[in-house]
Amino acid sequence: MSRYFTDEHEWIEVDGDTATVGITDYAQEQLGDVVFVEVPEAGKEVGKGDDAAVVESVKAASDVYAPVSGTVTEGNAALADDPALVNSDPEGDGWFFKLTLADPSELEGLMDEAGYKAFVESL
Amino acid sequence: MSDEATQTLPLDAWHRDKGARMVPFAGYAMAIQYEGIMAEHQWTRENAGLFDVSHMGQLQLKGEGAAEALERIVPGDISALKPGKMRYSLLLAEDGGILDDMMITNTGQNLYIVVNGAVKHQDIAYMRAQLPESIELVHMEDQALLALQGPKAAEALAQLGITGREAGWPGPDDLYFMDAAPCLWGEVPLGISRSGYTGEDGFEISVPAEHVTALADALCKQSEVKPIGLGARDSLRLEAGLPLYGHDLDPAIDPVQGNLTFAISKARRNASGFHGSDRILAALENGPDKKRVGFAVEGRMPVREGASIFAGDIEIGVITSGGFAPTIGAPIAMGFVAADHAALDTQLEAEVRGKRVPITVTKMPFVPNGYRRKGKS
Repeated sequence: MSRYFTDEHEWIEVDGDTATVGITDYAQEQLGDVVFVEVPEAGKEVGKGDDAAVVESVKAASDVYAPVSGTVTEGNAALADDPALVNSDPEGDGWFFKLTLADPSELEGLMDEAGYKAFVESL
Repeated sequence: MSDEATQTLPLDAWHRDKGARMVPFAGYAMAIQYEGIMAEHQWTRENAGLFDVSHMGQLQLKGEGAAEALERIVPGDISALKPGKMRYSLLLAEDGGILDDMMITNTGQNLYIVVNGAVKHQDIAYMRAQLPESIELVHMEDQALLALQGPKAAEALAQLGITGREAGWPGPDDLYFMDAAPCLWGEVPLGISRSGYTGEDGFEISVPAEHVTALADALCKQSEVKPIGLGARDSLRLEAGLPLYGHDLDPAIDPVQGNLTFAISKARRNASGFHGSDRILAALENGPDKKRVGFAVEGRMPVREGASIFAGDIEIGVITSGGFAPTIGAPIAMGFVAADHAALDTQLEAEVRGKRVPITVTKMPFVPNGYRRKGKS
């Protein structure tokens, strides 16, 4: 399994041709208290960079983009009752959705953990 | 956010020191949050929060007949305002539209007016153009403004030993809601009113800019007080049902549509003589065509500014403020609907990202206010 990151502060953990997507600890810190998450339904097809989910803090709604193209297999149902999971465990239980990759070569443009760390430090 | 230059306020370094996240607002760098909006919101509802609102415009009107002159452009009974009393009012365009909302205080020496930061320069230009030359308008640019808000605000403020400035003026502890007095903190002159925009008991304190850091430090030394950012200020005022100028009120809205008829003083309802009085008095008589109301929102998804409101297939209004209400633990909203849909308990729908969300017209404030009124403890 390997984990990649986008410059929109999403992470994607890839296992074969399936992957789990969420937002990074840096992203949740910037958003503040998460009060609502809208995750995509299973079967939805998303293109790389498309709006895939919405995360809402007290203050504002923000889009979460699909880091790669694919078909959603599951949205994280736990976020409906406990959206604060995104704050408490953004890179674990606070995941947003899982998908089947349409084109694994799209992963090549993403950052690895060290690259993302350097990116965040440069902000 | 645009790159236009933002100015700094007197407490800028103090906020950064306290770990604030700064954002541009009304042309200034301002603290949006410290530890987090939710925690700051709850702290203010249970203890006392210190807000830096120095971006707001602090004005003085001086000269014989200032109150009467001002009454041409506001619908409140300003000439009846006694020294030490303040009133919420509205700056009216010639057609009766709302150019700003404001607090007007009779200090005994002059009229002290606080206007919104984002529109203060246009307010000043407009007032200068509208008022006779004999009335002097002073923009008190060397004054900072703090708001101390929450059920423990009085307890905390009492620790500072602030007194009424002269015999005959009460100290802060003897003020009731919408009273004001000139005070002294040691040698430092303060203008203090028992008022605010959170729905809680509390004070607004006008202080010379060179003393604001010391005052903010002295207040935050009290165990009841923490600094609170703009984010929680917005969620608190929304729960209190208070409109935010530029969002819930604008020049296309008159005071009756804005559900602010309390700001049209009884004594002025027969006098035509203020801007837009024909339109406004007719709307009072016949009812407005649309009205600002509050909404309870079903489910957890926030309904925010700009969302359209529907009765069946017909669009009948728009949300002007909305978000998650920390005290309630659910989303709430405010907006305008056609008058025939404005009755309490009317069931409507708001459209968010193509989905319909059930909303219900609800009375405001959403959270009971904690003002200290005379006759109540």
